[in-house]
Amino acid sequence: MNRSARIGLSIVLAVLLVLPFVVTNSFYLDLIIRMQINAIIVLGLNLLVGFAGQISLGHAGFVGIGAFASAILPTHFGWSPLAALVAGAVFTGILALIVARPILKLKGQYLAMATLGLGIIINIVLRNESQYTGGPDGMPVPTLEAFGLSITSDWQWYWLLTAMLVFSLWASLNLIDSPFGRALRALHGSEIAAKVTGVDVVRYKVVIFVLSAACASIMGSITAHYIGFITPSVSDFPHSIELLTMVVVGGMASVFGSLVGAVLLTGLPQALASFDGWETLVFGAILVGCMIFMPKGLVPTLAAKFRKQG
Amino acid sequence: MLAQFLQFLLSGLTVGAIYALVALGFTLIFNASNVINFAQGEFVMLGGMLAAYFLRSGLPMPVALALAVLVPAAVGVLMEKLTIEPVKNADVLTLIIITLGVSMIIRGAIQIWLGKGTYSIPAFSGDTAIPVLGAMIATQSLWVLGLTAVAVLALWYFFNRTLTGKAMLATSFNRVASELVGINTNWVLCMSFALSAALGALGGILITPITLTTFDVGIMLGLKGFVAAVLGGMGNGLGAVIGGLLVGLIEAFTAGYISSAYKDAVPFVLILLILFFMPRGLLGAKVTDRV
Repeated sequence: MNRSARIGLSIVLAVLLVLPFVVTNSFYLDLIIRMQINAIIVLGLNLLVGFAGQISLGHAGFVGIGAFASAILPTHFGWSPLAALVAGAVFTGILALIVARPILKLKGQYLAMATLGLGIIINIVLRNESQYTGGPDGMPVPTLEAFGLSITSDWQWYWLLTAMLVFSLWASLNLIDSPFGRALRALHGSEIAAKVTGVDVVRYKVVIFVLSAACASIMGSITAHYIGFITPSVSDFPHSIELLTMVVVGGMASVFGSLVGAVLLTGLPQALASFDGWETLVFGAILVGCMIFMPKGLVPTLAAKFRKQG
Repeated sequence: MLAQFLQFLLSGLTVGAIYALVALGFTLIFNASNVINFAQGEFVMLGGMLAAYFLRSGLPMPVALALAVLVPAAVGVLMEKLTIEPVKNADVLTLIIITLGVSMIIRGAIQIWLGKGTYSIPAFSGDTAIPVLGAMIATQSLWVLGLTAVAVLALWYFFNRTLTGKAMLATSFNRVASELVGINTNWVLCMSFALSAALGALGGILITPITLTTFDVGIMLGLKGFVAAVLGGMGNGLGAVIGGLLVGLIEAFTAGYISSAYKDAVPFVLILLILFFMPRGLLGAKVTDRV
C-alpha cells in the first residue's frame, strides 16, 4: 500500500468510528448499513470491471443466489446460517467458474453477454420455483447466528459490516499492489503485451471473476439476513445495472471510488424520495453524463485535479 | 396434434418476426460503429407506447402509426448526436454503459410521462381469426409477418441498390477507407441510429395489439432481440432475421410443449450455449485481431 492508500483507509476508518456518535436516527443507520453492503459488492465488481476490464451484467444474479441460499437452506433443510452462506458462495463460485472458463478464452466483451444471460436465468428460476423461494412474493429469512452469537440489532449489524468493509478495502488495496494485481492491471492495459510478458491472461480473468461473484453472493446472504425478508427482484437486471453504475460513477479501477459510488447512489433514491418514479431517469442520466464528462469516474478525476493543483 | 403444432409454429413466427426487427436494429448500429446498443429495446417500447398515446389523443390511425415510427427515429438521432458522437473513440466498455444509461433515460421518461399502466392499440383489421388446418391465425399475425417481410426486403434493396445504402455498407467494412473516398461516416452513423430506431418502433407497434405494452417491455424485447442478433452472428443482416425467427420458434415450442413458466429463460440459455460452442453465431464473420 502506498501513502495515499494508507491515508484514505485511515480516513474511512475514522469516519466509521465517529459515525455512531453522530447518527442517532434509525432511518439513517439503516441507510448507512445498506451503503456498507453495497460498497462491499461494488468493491468486488470493480476488481473485475476496473482491473480486468470485463463487464458483468448479471452480478445481481450472484447476489440473488447468496440471498436465497441463506433463506432456503436454513428454512427448508435446517442448515446453520453460516453453512448456508458458505454454501451459497461456493455454489456461486463454481457456477461462475463453469461459465467463465470457456468464455474468457474469447476476446472482447463476451463475458457481458454471458453474464447478462446467466443473471436473467437465475432471476427466472428464483421467480418460478415458488415451492422453495416463495415466488415473486419472496420469503422470510432467519436471523444470522454463528458461534452462539446472533446478530439482531441494527448496531450489531453496523459493527459487523464496518469490520467487513474495512477488511475488504484493506484486502483490495493489497491485492492490486500484489503480483496478482499488477498482472490484472497489465492485462487491462494491453492483453497481448501482458501475454507476451508471461501473464496467464485467461487464468487471471477467471480467478478475478470467480472471486467477485463469490463476494456478491456473500453480500447477498448478508443482505437477506439483515432485511429478514427477500424477493427475487434482488437478482434482476436493473439491480445489476445499478451495481455497475456505482462502479462507473465512483471510478473504475479505484478502490475508494467504489466506496464513494456506493455511498452516493445508495443515498440517491432517498434524496429523490419526493420525486417518486424519477429514479430510473436520474440513474440513466448520471450514467451517461458520467461516461461523457468524466469517463474515469468521480474519485480518479478529482484526485487528478487535486494532484495538479498541489 | 397437427393443429397444435401449427398454432405454436405461427405464434413463434409472429413473435420471432419482432425479434428479427430488433436484431436487425442491433446489427445496423453494430456495423456502423461497433456499438452494441442496449437501448434498442426501448425503441420497441416507444413504438407501441407512442402509437397508443397518439391514437388515444384522437389522431387517425395512419397518422398515429407514422408518428410512432418517426418520433423514435428522431430519438435515435438525438441519442447518437448527444451521447455516441461525443465519445466516438471510447472503448467498448464505455459505449455499452452509455447505451445502458440512455435506455434508462428513455424508459424513465416514459414512465413519468405515461405512467406504469398497460396500453394497447386495436388490431389493424379487426380481431377476427382465420382457420387454417385446425389452427387459428389472427389477422394481426399476418400484418406482423407481412410488414416485417416488407421491411426486410426494403432494407435489402436499400443496402444493395442505392448509393446511400452502399455508403453505409462500405463504412461497416472499413471506416477509414470510406472516409478517404468521401463518405461522411458521421452521417452514416446518424442514419443507422435513425433506421434501427424506426425498425424497432415498427416492431413495437406491430406486436402491441397482440401482447399489449407497458413502459418496461423494452428490457425483455431488447435482450431477446440481442440474443437473436448474436445467434445469427453479430453484424450479419440475414443472420439477424434467421436468428430472430429461431428464437421466436424455440420460445413458442418450449412454452407449448415443455413449460410456459420457463419460456423467457430459453433465449438466455441459448445465448450461453452459443457463446460456449459457436461464439461467432450461425452466419458471423471470422474476425482476426490486429496487434
